[in-house]
Amino acid sequence: MTVSGFAQILVVLLVPALLALPLGRFIARIANGERTLLSPILAPVERGLFAACGIRAGASMGWRGYVSALMVFSVMHFILLYAVLRGQYYLPMNPLHFPGMSPRLAFNTAISFLTNTNWQAYAGETTLSPFSQMLGLTSHNFLSAAAGIAAAFAVSRAFRKGSGANGLGNAWVDITRITLHLLIPISIVLTAILIALGVPDTLSASTTVTTLEGVKQVIALGPVAFQEAIKNLGTNGGGFFNANAAHPFENPGVLSDLIENWTLLLIPFAMPVAFGVIAERVRDGIALLVTMVVLLGLFAVLLYAAEAAGNPLLHALGVVGGNMEGKEVRFGVALSSVFAAATTGTSTGAVIAAHDSLMPLGGLVALFLMQLGEVVPGGVGSGLYGIVVFAIMAVFVAGLMVGRTPEYLGKKIGAREVKLAMLAVLILPLCILGGAAYSLCTASGLGSLANAGPHGLSEMLYAWTSATANNGSAFAGLSADTPLLDYGLAIAMLLGRFAFLVPVLAIAGSLAAKPSVPPGQGTFPTDGALFVGLLAGVILILGGLQFLPALSLGPLAEHVSMLAGHSY
Amino acid sequence: MNAITPDAAPNPHHAASPIRLLDGAILRRAVLDALRKLNPAQLIRNPVIFVTEIVAALVTFLAARNAILGQPAGFAAAIAAWLWLTVLFATFAEAVAEGRGRARAETLRRARADLSAKLLVRPDDRALYRPVPATQLSVGAFVLVEAGDLVPADGEIVEGIGSVDESAVTGESAPVIREAGGDRSAVTGGTRLLSDWMVVRITAAPGSTFIDRMIALVEGAKRRKTPNEIALDILLAGLTIIFLIAVATLVGFAHYSGLVLGVPVLAALLVTLIPTTIGGLLSAIGIAGMDRLVRFNVVATSGRAVEAAGDVDMLLLDKTGTITFGNRMATAFEPISGADARALAQAAASASIGDDTPEGRSILALARDRYGIVVEAPADAVTVPFSANTRLSGLDGAGRSWRKGAVDSLLATIGGVAPAGFAESVDRIARAGGTPLAVSEDGHLLGVIALSDVVKPGIRERFAALRRMGIRTVMITGDNKVTAAAIAAEAGVDDFLAQATPQDKLDYIRRVQSDGRLVAMCGDGTNDAPALAQADVGVAMQTGTQAAREAGNMVDLDSDPTKLIEVVEIGKQLLITRGSLTTFSIANDVSKYFAILPAIFVAGYPGLEALNIMRLHSPQSAIMSAVIFNALIIVILVPLALRGVRFRPLGAAALLRRNLLIYGVGGLIAPFIGIKLIDLVLSFLHLA
Repeated sequence: MTVSGFAQILVVLLVPALLALPLGRFIARIANGERTLLSPILAPVERGLFAACGIRAGASMGWRGYVSALMVFSVMHFILLYAVLRGQYYLPMNPLHFPGMSPRLAFNTAISFLTNTNWQAYAGETTLSPFSQMLGLTSHNFLSAAAGIAAAFAVSRAFRKGSGANGLGNAWVDITRITLHLLIPISIVLTAILIALGVPDTLSASTTVTTLEGVKQVIALGPVAFQEAIKNLGTNGGGFFNANAAHPFENPGVLSDLIENWTLLLIPFAMPVAFGVIAERVRDGIALLVTMVVLLGLFAVLLYAAEAAGNPLLHALGVVGGNMEGKEVRFGVALSSVFAAATTGTSTGAVIAAHDSLMPLGGLVALFLMQLGEVVPGGVGSGLYGIVVFAIMAVFVAGLMVGRTPEYLGKKIGAREVKLAMLAVLILPLCILGGAAYSLCTASGLGSLANAGPHGLSEMLYAWTSATANNGSAFAGLSADTPLLDYGLAIAMLLGRFAFLVPVLAIAGSLAAKPSVPPGQGTFPTDGALFVGLLAGVILILGGLQFLPALSLGPLAEHVSMLAGHSY
Repeated sequence: MNAITPDAAPNPHHAASPIRLLDGAILRRAVLDALRKLNPAQLIRNPVIFVTEIVAALVTFLAARNAILGQPAGFAAAIAAWLWLTVLFATFAEAVAEGRGRARAETLRRARADLSAKLLVRPDDRALYRPVPATQLSVGAFVLVEAGDLVPADGEIVEGIGSVDESAVTGESAPVIREAGGDRSAVTGGTRLLSDWMVVRITAAPGSTFIDRMIALVEGAKRRKTPNEIALDILLAGLTIIFLIAVATLVGFAHYSGLVLGVPVLAALLVTLIPTTIGGLLSAIGIAGMDRLVRFNVVATSGRAVEAAGDVDMLLLDKTGTITFGNRMATAFEPISGADARALAQAAASASIGDDTPEGRSILALARDRYGIVVEAPADAVTVPFSANTRLSGLDGAGRSWRKGAVDSLLATIGGVAPAGFAESVDRIARAGGTPLAVSEDGHLLGVIALSDVVKPGIRERFAALRRMGIRTVMITGDNKVTAAAIAAEAGVDDFLAQATPQDKLDYIRRVQSDGRLVAMCGDGTNDAPALAQADVGVAMQTGTQAAREAGNMVDLDSDPTKLIEVVEIGKQLLITRGSLTTFSIANDVSKYFAILPAIFVAGYPGLEALNIMRLHSPQSAIMSAVIFNALIIVILVPLALRGVRFRPLGAAALLRRNLLIYGVGGLIAPFIGIKLIDLVLSFLHLA
């Protein structure tokens, strides 16, 4: 570990954390229907869209209405995306004449993009036409991100004073405004920057060059920059190329890497601030942000420590330094480590280094960050509503210790909220541990593994963790395009997204209907360092207690075996 | 308003005999009850312990099977034994709490045993009645109660008056007067009529008198869980399911890793991870909370009300009897210009010799305290009693006369003109909330005595403590605004409601509640009933009317309005105890991983021994130590669960910091030490 390494981590984390303050307020303006910079242009567009779709912008929804809207929205987009992927051979803009995807893979891919996971059981540049990439995938990068942020808006509104049971807002309006005011403008700016830095953005699918040796080589191209911008901004993570952001066309150098790393943290960090502004409790929102930043910083440093320490087996052979296997020399250990932490912490899943090649303890950090439920800082929107669930549980247990029935931001936490919160958090161990344990006991699952021993266990655990947490990154050795994993992981992605989202919105509905208790001397403080510590403790202990046994047999076992001279 | 217990000290009268924390007889019965509570049909109310019992049964079965098949069964049997102990300790905790509650209730109930009632055939004819057992009385029946009889059930006097010995219920030995109509018409079953007779209309069906309700609150099987308890139960059940998943899937991961994990080991891991500590103590905490309330001579009609008490943001307190002593007392002598203060005090004391009212006595006391004046009545003294016509009282004797009374009446009697400065004195006293009494000697005006409502000593500090806890106090009084403001300022209340009518109180409560705040109040009169019913916590006085007692959700047997403050503290203590032990229980889990995980994985990956940071002797002793600690900690915490975590009137932030440190951080560290110690003992004894 070097001072420069720590400085790199600090720069990567602090810039978006500081930008979160203005951006969070901006996002809150979008939620509150206030004017933004682009309103003169976008307001007529909005009105036109609402009129065309018959959306009554003023009609606020209850939680059932909001859930129904999100479901209808998701089902429609699933059907559309599935059709595009299956029928791409017959669709325009397919210069390389790629065939349609198999039903199984199309099902998996459609679910994956629908749930903001972007698990890719295929290699993009050799499977998908530019049409599928743009209209199929890139558009979903916008829409699944917008849906997540919209749900976070609904949850934020539940804490507003006098919100009322039907005060969660209008899902259609939210999705439209988020896409128009937030995602598209920032993506356009980012695309321009990335193009300037050398990322290609073209409709031609490939170019042929003659190499120095005189060999002709076909180089895949496409609308890379635009997809790169939204894949990070929307914490989607689905790369244009199979190598994702390690590919020089996705991520040419250190500057583009910094920008991409900042981009994927930008909205997740801004959401708690937006939450605070919408709920009229700015300090409480910032406390959530601080919790996220502190925990992510801690894990980034741990991951960096593991990678910088390097592999003792290689050291014995005279190879000095940190672990560079699977890393790009142009990024180095520190930037690769903090990107790995950020991409697993945010449910993005974009990578600039092979997670499969991380040190066992580095891989453990990446796994653990996802297993915490994607809340430090989590995906766009989903991270916010995830951490609110943890805050509710933290307040419920510890809040009793001040001698009052617990309340969070003035809303009393009762049996119904606790029941729904438990229902939501149960999904994680059920899908991750259940899925991985089951797969490891079947021939099909074992057949997908590229590695034996504890590393194989980590591979399988990683796949189910990544799917359930809607992350999308993978330990690359795993062959994921099998019936078990295609269908199983698709179900895990669906449950990880919607079986979490629905109870959370139900909590929002229940809280919105409750009167708001004004804060006083006797109120449990949820805006100070004490609460940050408490919340971080609850997240770590709850997450750790569930997954420590499995992690012991995976990365931890691999680590101690490595120390004993075995590698897998 | 009734001025009842004059002392504001936070030490109310304790019912009957105090029950020791761990009484021998209660413990003996609790052991039997604990066994009885193993019945799964009853245990299912407690999901965490229910799961423990199933697991214990499973391991027992396996141990027995192995023993029969001649395979090694010692380890499984030892695990099974400690799992059963875990369950037993939990049921024992509940049984002890119940036993203590029941013991307290029994002393009250004993009074009602074998009661017979004189059931009137016609309510208006006292001559015709037939004796029936009290348990057969229905609501609305009319019974005759004569001197020496026990009142057969809770009811309302419709005719008659008498003095009643309520010591069986309140522990207060002085008899109280009960009469038909008015605010003192309610009688309680089990109390004894000492004089006269009365006709009582029964208002509570047998089995629903509040002693019965109180018993129901402290009996585990019948007890209804409170809302917060239900929520906590759900959380604990959720955690149990999460750990079930974690342990069940471990079988698959271990299988892949080439490890075979036996059922006893998995059972040990599961039971030590699920929150058995709080699961085992939760019910005891709830019962003990109700019991503490009863110990303060307050009976709640539901556990919900006790919980709500912890949440209260605002106390509505009657001025009289709660904030002030209720009787106006002399606080100053203000002579007219030219007169001597000592002479005024002398005259005022003389005028009060024959005055037996509290005011009169307070004048004598003030004269004695301030000037050392002790007056003796002349031999031929004649007391002039107060009358509504003259509004004066005094003493004539030895040819002299002393008078004191309302300022205008006295001035009119002596026919003098008030000297300069006198009117100002009178005014000043009135503005400060006092009552001026003019004093004359031999027809000459000497000055004025200030009678004021005296704020109870220490009440200001209590209100300040409440404010630190985030609770605002509001004084309710029939006084005018000026007087009310003066007393409010002196007592340090946050707000006051002057010239309050019953409707004003109700409106005030509704307004506060609409801001999302919870309100507690106490009251005794029929006109308090709507406000008592509206308040989130309504404490009715035992001396109050039946209407008030039914409207409130608690009854204070001592009729001490200041006790509202204790009620709030008990509510808070209940919640704090629950939260602290839950935090402790969950924090405990970390250490158990460090004990059990290396023990079960070390066979496959010897390097994982590094996780054995406690350096436990062997895998078997590590697992046993964790299980034993997990069981013992329940018993160790029983006294704390029964007594409750000490409540301190601190702000929420300070309280949280403190409890988080003790029960959160302490809960992380304590089991590391405990498990290590048990491991040392086990390895020393060569048990594992």
